[in-house]
Amino acid sequence: MNLLKNLALSDTGFVFNPATGDSFSVNPIGLDILKLLKNGKSENEIRKSLLDAYQTDKETVEKDLYDFFKMLEQLKLTEQ
Amino acid sequence: MKMSNKKALYERPLIQRINTGLMNKFGTKTEYAPVTHIDTFSVKDLITQYGSPVFVLSERTIRNTYKEANRAFKTRYPKVQFAWSYKTNYINAICNIFHQEGSWAEVVSGFEYAKALKNGVPGNRVIFNGPDKTDEDLRSAINNNSPIHIDHLDELYRLTELAEEMKKRPNVAIRVNMDTGIYPMWDRFGFNYENGQAWDAINKIILGDKLELIGLHCHIGTFMLSPSAYATAAYKLSDLALGIKQKFNKQIQYIDMGGGFASKNTLKGSYLPGEDTSPTFDQFAEAICTALLNAGFTDKDLPLLILETGRALIDEAGYLLGSVIANKRLADGRRATILDFGVNIMFTSFWYNHKISPAQEFSSYTEDTVMYGPLCMNIDVIRDHATLPPLKKDDHVVVHTVGAYNMTQWMQFIAMRPAVVLLGMDGKSHLIRKRETLENIEMNEVMPDILNTFKLS
Repeated sequence: MNLLKNLALSDTGFVFNPATGDSFSVNPIGLDILKLLKNGKSENEIRKSLLDAYQTDKETVEKDLYDFFKMLEQLKLTEQ
Repeated sequence: MKMSNKKALYERPLIQRINTGLMNKFGTKTEYAPVTHIDTFSVKDLITQYGSPVFVLSERTIRNTYKEANRAFKTRYPKVQFAWSYKTNYINAICNIFHQEGSWAEVVSGFEYAKALKNGVPGNRVIFNGPDKTDEDLRSAINNNSPIHIDHLDELYRLTELAEEMKKRPNVAIRVNMDTGIYPMWDRFGFNYENGQAWDAINKIILGDKLELIGLHCHIGTFMLSPSAYATAAYKLSDLALGIKQKFNKQIQYIDMGGGFASKNTLKGSYLPGEDTSPTFDQFAEAICTALLNAGFTDKDLPLLILETGRALIDEAGYLLGSVIANKRLADGRRATILDFGVNIMFTSFWYNHKISPAQEFSSYTEDTVMYGPLCMNIDVIRDHATLPPLKKDDHVVVHTVGAYNMTQWMQFIAMRPAVVLLGMDGKSHLIRKRETLENIEMNEVMPDILNTFKLS
């Protein structure tokens, strides 16, 4: 999955799409994922990163990442 | 990315579009405070002990609310009597709390009447309301000297026949309906004031001389947000009472203003939360008592004021504790959470936007969520829209203000009814109604012999 190239991320979880003028807010883990995506990390690498950084398990990360990516697509924040 | 040795607490990743210009001026309400305890009882422990979901009722809140209502009326009027509305919550333990506080009973069916007597309420302290009283009910009420509130002329005539047959003089009141300036006007119960039906019925009773007219009753609506409507009703009932005094030199013992006081719940579609819009007991008391005191009674003729309020006395004391079954994403992108309690045990979710709080700590990030029940029915929606932190499977939630009507209007549709627990002022939790079982559901079924067996290929 590739994020829109010009998407602006702030350190406080504010996301801005200059192409449409839409703004979004993300929670800290959501911001971590967006930053990893912006740095070109693959889904597997993101999964591993989250498992290393957070008190969680593989199934939960799998399920929640799937949902989060679907939301990014729905909000049109990914390259088609 | 935090890469310290200690791993960070996990929370589901969330992203939300920031919309401007769509919210009302007060913004959306978010439940930021987790409710981990009710009174001093841990939500988690209660669910572990009694299962999920489970209704809990706070004895302390019930008694405090009753005392508050009692104080509001007794400081404004010399003769006040509450009668506990059985249909609002007729679990015997709950009824007995109100009886311990001094409430009579107010019932609307034969089985509620039997329940009140079984609970030990003296017959003359059980007010029998409602449009459907069988001959058996009426005979029982006559024998027990219960005040019978007549709903229609057919009942009046039948009572007159029974009085002759039993050689007794039943104590009766009539229910009066009237225009109090509110919509919808409840005119299906009792006799109308404006068109003269109520006065006709009074004349029939007194001149017929078979029944003893001891009171006048009204019940102007439900979830009333306007205390002034009660003032109008009190004036109109007083007018009838004073008319009786003038024409027959007969003093009415009581005026029963019924119930209908709003609780602090938030009605669907209302702009402001119930805490801000529902009148207080003091406001209702001020309207009713002032109207009665100014109506024209002499001090010795002031009638006893009876109140049958149910919802406002019990709603805040009730909570439903439940758990999250699953989360899903709807086709339009909305988050949906499936809970283990449905509309079959929370009938009031059709009327109210019940406040729902998470029962565990969470961060300040929230998501708009549809709250569904567990029933395999499309109508099973607990909240169409709630702003809540991300809840995960097996998290607990607390639904507030569910003490009225849910534990009487519930049904074992698809899922069975849960246990009900009283959080006692003795510091202990008491099971006051067991969780239903298959045996309970099937105990009244009868299987014909011809259907006892079958073979499937």
